[in-house]
Amino acid sequence: MGFSREEYWSGLPFPSPGNLPDAGVDCVFRGKLTLLCDAKTDGSFLVHHFLSFYLKANCKVCFVALVQSFSHYNIVGQKLGVSLTSARERGQLVVLEGLKSAVDVFFRPREEPHPLQFLREASAGDLQPLYAFVRDALEPVDGAEAAWRCPVLLVDDLSVLLSLGVGPVAVLDFVHYCRATVCREWKGNIVALVHDSGDAEDEESDVLLNGLSHQSHLILRAEGLATGFCKDVHGQLRILWRRPLQPTAHRDRSLTYQYKIQDKSVSFFAKGMSPAVL
Amino acid sequence: MPRPFHVEGAGQWTVTPSEGVRRGTGRILGMLESLLALDGLVLLRDSVEWEGRSLLKALVKKSALLVYHDLFRDPLNWSKPGKAHPGGPLEALRDLDKRTGSGPATIALDSLSWLLHHLPCPTLCQTLHALSRQDSCPGDSPPGEQVRVLGLLHEELHGPGPLGALSSLAQTEVTLSGTMGQASAHILYRRPRQRPIHQTQWFSILPDFSLELQVEPPLESRPRSDPHTPSVDPTTHLTFNLHLSKKEREIKDSLTLPFQFSSEKQQALLRPGLGQATSHIFYEPDAYDDLDQEDPDDDLDV
Repeated sequence: MGFSREEYWSGLPFPSPGNLPDAGVDCVFRGKLTLLCDAKTDGSFLVHHFLSFYLKANCKVCFVALVQSFSHYNIVGQKLGVSLTSARERGQLVVLEGLKSAVDVFFRPREEPHPLQFLREASAGDLQPLYAFVRDALEPVDGAEAAWRCPVLLVDDLSVLLSLGVGPVAVLDFVHYCRATVCREWKGNIVALVHDSGDAEDEESDVLLNGLSHQSHLILRAEGLATGFCKDVHGQLRILWRRPLQPTAHRDRSLTYQYKIQDKSVSFFAKGMSPAVL
Repeated sequence: MPRPFHVEGAGQWTVTPSEGVRRGTGRILGMLESLLALDGLVLLRDSVEWEGRSLLKALVKKSALLVYHDLFRDPLNWSKPGKAHPGGPLEALRDLDKRTGSGPATIALDSLSWLLHHLPCPTLCQTLHALSRQDSCPGDSPPGEQVRVLGLLHEELHGPGPLGALSSLAQTEVTLSGTMGQASAHILYRRPRQRPIHQTQWFSILPDFSLELQVEPPLESRPRSDPHTPSVDPTTHLTFNLHLSKKEREIKDSLTLPFQFSSEKQQALLRPGLGQATSHIFYEPDAYDDLDQEDPDDDLDV
């Protein structure tokens, strides 16, 4: 139709997937928590986008990958133009592979601290060992020249912790500590994915989602279409800035786009303007 | 001693000795002054869409000097060596009570939701009650001892029980909402021995944390029509004619509908006309007809 993706993405704090600039991280948008939320659809394409974006922007990334195996992220990363194995080898990327470590934790002596220590405990514990892992992974090394730009913590995803028996308050405390260290002290960013079950019965998920929403600066919400599955429009993305109550913001507080996921990128368009529909 | 103003995240508490914020009666109070005029607990209820932290900062800024307690960094004592208060957040809160013994004070709690998640609700309510010194009769404590507590509460995180308990403790309750990009505060004042007063204010917070009152936006929210697309008449390029000429329109308007019950029809039905006699049925039974009045269909097996 003649509308380019750039027009829709101008002004957003990160570039569109598929159009990654070389310049890297915009220094205005640092020290923030970005919340990725999905409802009735799969929002993991946002996780892959942010992972490849921050690796290309030369940031030190700590990736807590609880849902998929490392090779899965690697394969998708290669389509987006980054190699996770080489990033891990040169020390830019630290990955906690949840699926593998969850088994390891039972074969280690109990005294050794493990990030997923809470799996061994009978009662719901706190996530302090996980926070210690993140802190050790992202701590800036004194004396060495700044090889990497700001530290970034990426979590996929936080709702899995609820199903593993951790209470929502413990997860909120973990995110609070990560914010205090990564965002406030080291001026880094945090990106975390959480699921919105939409089920009115699931109070823990609601408390977690609302608590995280109150702590975050930017909320990206991927929703399935209300009318159901569509081949050409995979869902819609709502972007909400949690800004102070300023008068007459020159930009709207929330924007909505629809998207279609392709093999190597995602294309975004305004509502109702999908090329297949027009 | 004043420090750089920094109130963010859960578990940060500020104590400010407020100086003469109360004005005399008979003067119109600004919104911030009227919120700070009463002692006791001022509850700010916000939601994800309409955040209340900037209003809390504006209120704290209005309360003059600032002493800042950092509980954001390490509230649960996870770092070694621990920098947090040894007794946890509850003891830190109780210590604030003892520390503000001298002079009027304003305590700002960001946020009460964090405290509700980590402390049992009755304990928190008792501590807040003790902090705002509601028990003391007005004659007992000297006038300089008045304490004001500002608490920020996130509405979606708690059930109706804790929300109701904190709401009943509060002398002033501010609920934030808004419409069409404009924020509003619905304020409920509970003065002792007076009726509660409701007030709604539309406002916005400037970057230097001062408050600016706004006019209420119009009630009906029309969808903003795009001025760039001209309105198009859909009947211009059709292959058939949808328009009516003047004569055709007159004929159409004067037509009476067949099933419409007008007064003419009513008169025609009530009064049979000249041409309409009552109808008669002439029946001549032939030889084979045997009309039995009790069994006209002839199918009873009696």
